[in-house]
Amino acid sequence: MIEAVSDSFALVGRRMRHIRRMPEHLIGVTVMPVASVIVLGYLFGSAMQAPGPGGYEEYIMAGIFAQVMLTNMTTTGVGVVSDLNNGLVDRFRVLPISGSSVLVGRTVADGVLVAWSCAVMTVVGYAIGWRAHNGPLQTLAGFGLLLLMGFAMSWLGALLGLVLRNVETVSAVSGVIMMPLAFLSNAFVPLDGLPGWLRVLAEWNPVSAVVSASRDLFGNERGPTSGAFPAEYPLPTALAVLVALLAVVVPLAGRAYRKASAQR
Amino acid sequence: METAISAEGLRKRYGDHQALTRVDLAVPAGTILAVLGPNGAGKTTTVRILTTLLEPDEGRATVAGYDLATQAREVRGSIGLAGQYASVDERLTGRENLRLIGVLLHLGRRGAKTRADELLEQFGLVAAADRPAKTYSGGMRRRLDLAASLVGRPRVLFLDEPTTGLDLTGRRTLWDMIRNQVAEGVTVLLTTQYLEEADQLADRIAVIDRGTVIAEGTPDQLKRKVGGERLEVSAASVADLAAVERTLSGLASGETVTNQETRTVSIPLTEGMSTIAAAANGLELLGIEPEDFAVRRSTLDDVFLALTGQQGTPEPEPESESESESEPGATGAVAASEGKRAA
Repeated sequence: MIEAVSDSFALVGRRMRHIRRMPEHLIGVTVMPVASVIVLGYLFGSAMQAPGPGGYEEYIMAGIFAQVMLTNMTTTGVGVVSDLNNGLVDRFRVLPISGSSVLVGRTVADGVLVAWSCAVMTVVGYAIGWRAHNGPLQTLAGFGLLLLMGFAMSWLGALLGLVLRNVETVSAVSGVIMMPLAFLSNAFVPLDGLPGWLRVLAEWNPVSAVVSASRDLFGNERGPTSGAFPAEYPLPTALAVLVALLAVVVPLAGRAYRKASAQR
Repeated sequence: METAISAEGLRKRYGDHQALTRVDLAVPAGTILAVLGPNGAGKTTTVRILTTLLEPDEGRATVAGYDLATQAREVRGSIGLAGQYASVDERLTGRENLRLIGVLLHLGRRGAKTRADELLEQFGLVAAADRPAKTYSGGMRRRLDLAASLVGRPRVLFLDEPTTGLDLTGRRTLWDMIRNQVAEGVTVLLTTQYLEEADQLADRIAVIDRGTVIAEGTPDQLKRKVGGERLEVSAASVADLAAVERTLSGLASGETVTNQETRTVSIPLTEGMSTIAAAANGLELLGIEPEDFAVRRSTLDDVFLALTGQQGTPEPEPESESESESEPGATGAVAASEGKRAA
């Protein structure tokens, strides 16, 4: 167990060296999120109606955070595929280490990167007028929930990578998964204006639960709900969905790793 | 002698494709076995099974005394794998790659550092140690691969086409490095398409084709199996060829082979010196001065041709920069599309 932790730690270190060596990678996890905050919060915000006194800047931030967490699926998926196809996974698999260390190393490292994105976005968000109103503890809990989502997405991405074994396919499939999850939710628009059936769909979308729960924790207005369970109790819903997702995806990814081989 | 690798009846099927029909192997400790075969013969599949990367459908095997099916972790602790697929992290430097593996093998931070320095020294990579591996030349990459597979001081080393794509100098360097490992008691199983490589390095050779071992023995045994020595006479002109053929076929105990293009006639040399003397006398009486008169031992090319009905790859394709220089030799290399093989 201690060995598995130290193995994972060594592999996180490997990923951090990559970043140091390829600063353009750091741009990807910095510039894109910052651009999202500016474009969505500042530009669109000037034309959007949002619930509460905080305005659209306060409404949108939790949504942008959640969207960045979703993209973590692609990051990890693509990384796993490239390790597979350049033979590195073979190299690791013939070492007497547990397969989970390799995947934990990868998902934790990607979690660190996405946390970095959050930190940068927070600074920019603050600059355009976003505020958290519930004190440091709840604010941190909000970020914790978002990072848990990023971690779960990362494992889902690892599973996709191991099963699909091709960068283009992984990008395409994770894109198809992400689109409806991000846009058919309350991440960017309040749901009370939607037609009834669409509103039900969006309220039951787990991303909406995560976004609503973090809005609550940040003390940002989340608007009226239709009374659907996930909309009324977003925090328990979000935690339950994320834990269930991890409970399913982690063992599946571990299994796929043990049988993994590059696409020939 | 202790057996380092033994495999019995390995079978593996991928969908419709029977990759291995039956593979049996036994490699005594401290020796090199070359698994020789054309593309798609099942070489890589065999290596992947023996290194725990792939489960066989049938059959059993032990590596370094551990059962593959029940003691995979112990097997992994005793082996190293290098070659066309097991690779290094291109973005890390050579030193970082070796240290990472050392840390993962629990040599400790200091132990991993020492071992990395040793291997960099041993494999001539000290000058390049702090450059990312993606800047390495083909030969340096293979050396780093090999070094990476040796971090844990494995007792059994698997090398999957270790020199494919290298030029002659690169191959020679790697061969010496492989020999050094064997001198230290390591058992090596290497796959290759190059007859010369098998001949140069291996104590024993297993010829594999269509998923099964079709011949096994020392290089000499295999060469003898295909017909020992032949007397070869090349006529100086086409006019002499018929006379040369008549003279030699009169002495032959077996088949006389005539190649019109090279004006060469060859017969099996079963009687030794007396056949050579008789042939020389016969030609002299007719006043024929041959262009070439030679005794030729059969090569592994002949073995390969006789066993598989295919020509081997006598010369590896050199690395891209010298590609234009390679021309088809007299033996006629069968195009072996490197790298793009169906495993």
